[in-house]
Amino acid sequence: MPDAILRVQDLTRLFRVGGFRTRGQLHAIDEVSFEVASGEIVALVGESGSGKSTIARVLAGLYPATSGSFVFEGKAMGRREVRASRGDMPMVFQDPFGSINPVLRVGHALLRSLKLHRPDIKRADRFAEAVALVEKVGLTPGEEVLRRYPHELSGGQRQRLGFAQALASRPSLILADEPVSMLDVSIRIGLLNVMKELRDNEGVSILYITHDLASARYVADRMIVLYAGRIAEEGLTTEVIGSPQHPYTRLLMSSAPDPHLAPTAFEGDDLGEPPKVINPGPGCRFAPRCPLAMDQCVVTTPPMVALSATHHAACYAVKP
Amino acid sequence: MSEPILQVRDLRVEYATPAGPAQAVGGVSFDLAKGEFLAIVGESGCGKSTLLFAVAQLLTYPGRLAGGEVLFDGVDFTTLKPEELRLHRWRDISVVMQSAMNALNPTLTIGAQLTDACKAHTEWSDEKIAQRSAEVLAMVAIDAVHLKSYPFQLSGGMRQRAMIAMALLLEPKLVIMDEPTSALDVVAQRSLMHQVETLRHQLGFAVIFVTHDMSVVSHYSDRLAVMYAGEIVELGPTREVFDRPEHPYSQGLMEAFPSLLGESKQLTGIAGNPPSLVDPPEGCLFAPRCAYANDECRSVRPELIAYGNHQVRCHLVARTRKNDA
Repeated sequence: MPDAILRVQDLTRLFRVGGFRTRGQLHAIDEVSFEVASGEIVALVGESGSGKSTIARVLAGLYPATSGSFVFEGKAMGRREVRASRGDMPMVFQDPFGSINPVLRVGHALLRSLKLHRPDIKRADRFAEAVALVEKVGLTPGEEVLRRYPHELSGGQRQRLGFAQALASRPSLILADEPVSMLDVSIRIGLLNVMKELRDNEGVSILYITHDLASARYVADRMIVLYAGRIAEEGLTTEVIGSPQHPYTRLLMSSAPDPHLAPTAFEGDDLGEPPKVINPGPGCRFAPRCPLAMDQCVVTTPPMVALSATHHAACYAVKP
Repeated sequence: MSEPILQVRDLRVEYATPAGPAQAVGGVSFDLAKGEFLAIVGESGCGKSTLLFAVAQLLTYPGRLAGGEVLFDGVDFTTLKPEELRLHRWRDISVVMQSAMNALNPTLTIGAQLTDACKAHTEWSDEKIAQRSAEVLAMVAIDAVHLKSYPFQLSGGMRQRAMIAMALLLEPKLVIMDEPTSALDVVAQRSLMHQVETLRHQLGFAVIFVTHDMSVVSHYSDRLAVMYAGEIVELGPTREVFDRPEHPYSQGLMEAFPSLLGESKQLTGIAGNPPSLVDPPEGCLFAPRCAYANDECRSVRPELIAYGNHQVRCHLVARTRKNDA
């Protein structure tokens, strides 16, 4: 991809867990590589514990990487660079009730971030810019919203505000960590539409982290499916949803309830037990649950197999 | 419908707030047949969990029962004293809470917690308790070795299944479930729903299942009730409500889900926010967000009207139905 704004190479983050005798390494993400082009929404899909939030947190500089690297807008990002460029890759968090200071007016954080990250805007113009920002995410009338306190906003409005705050520094990429999963169903779509609008109108890329395949399909141009800290499958949304190749992606797809369709057959042998990520052995991490597992799968880690220029899956059973 | 095991009549619950009482549940009535699976869906704050708490008589301050009856096998739970209610808890009616991590005691083993419940409600011997405990765990595919495990040693899915095992301990006639799947991954969620369904067919208990995610129950429940602002706005056979929702709110909810495999289209959701329950609008509670609302909707509160086995609370549906008839 020539115009990749984010290039992640072999990113790994281990956590030390356990006590004196039970010490182990938790492999939160393991040699993850992917790219994000400008003006696209990439969905990072995985269940809890798959490492999707860890990726966002490493990218945002909340944790350092154990090994591996990433290049953002052509700059290799070490610890210092991440800190200096925090406003360039802002993050929208999951909990709209825990991520806004309740004792300050809504406008406060927005004006402050304009002051810090947009020195080109004169003081007198900041308020007008803040109004424009909140109106871009569908909060109207902007002047009134900025004067309110957070408790006067609903969850959906707060998440929109989260995106407005992220937009304040004119980023090329927003990290959105489960931005809709705490919102009500009727509100979610509105926020997903805001994400699409930001991509189309502002040209901003979004790394959309979610466990919900259906919402990923709704907004994302490309999808990356994570399992136990590794990429299982990646490709254009149409490819991954239209012809899922990795057995894990297939399991996810068949497990997701879809009221619009007839129920899928249930074999009843997979209880959805989480994978072993503390001191994992060699081989494919999905192998213990995989219906197609072969001898090879537990010996060596399957490499990414290219199914098309854009579609890849890490599985020995997949044939290009 | 066979004889109802539970009849809820005009149940009202208020929460005391500094601004005055908030009517969290406003006049809910429904019947539940023996062995029936009723799903209650709605957004947060619509009163669905409060309704369950009122049915199970678990309301605590600032919540207060403001009226109505909960008839279980003909006995009105709202008039019973705590010690009389205790005879019904676990044996007749059990509750599975939303968060298993908070509902289980972290300092006791699963086995000890099962034993506690048996000792409180039966005269069983220790052997009988041990045997029954292993039996219920086996029902939800948990090995009996986990009787000696603490909650933190189990995965989220196992904890939630252990909660269900606990609820089935004394073979109740009704199991009330408050979003038991919301903390689970999709694979674990489907496996849990499947287990609940299998056990219900085996043991014949009725289920009231509350969730905000209606797709979870779409393939399991017999009937579906849609709640909005403390009222049931639509109640009918699950497939019918999904395929032909009549209330504008239910229609909006159906349009708010992106489909995984079906047609991909631009969706809109429902604009606006739920009304204040302290100072509810006159007329239909959904009118401020409803695209079809007229003057009647804004001034007169609609009733829940039955059309065959489907009930809808909407003036417009009432009028169209009348004209068609």
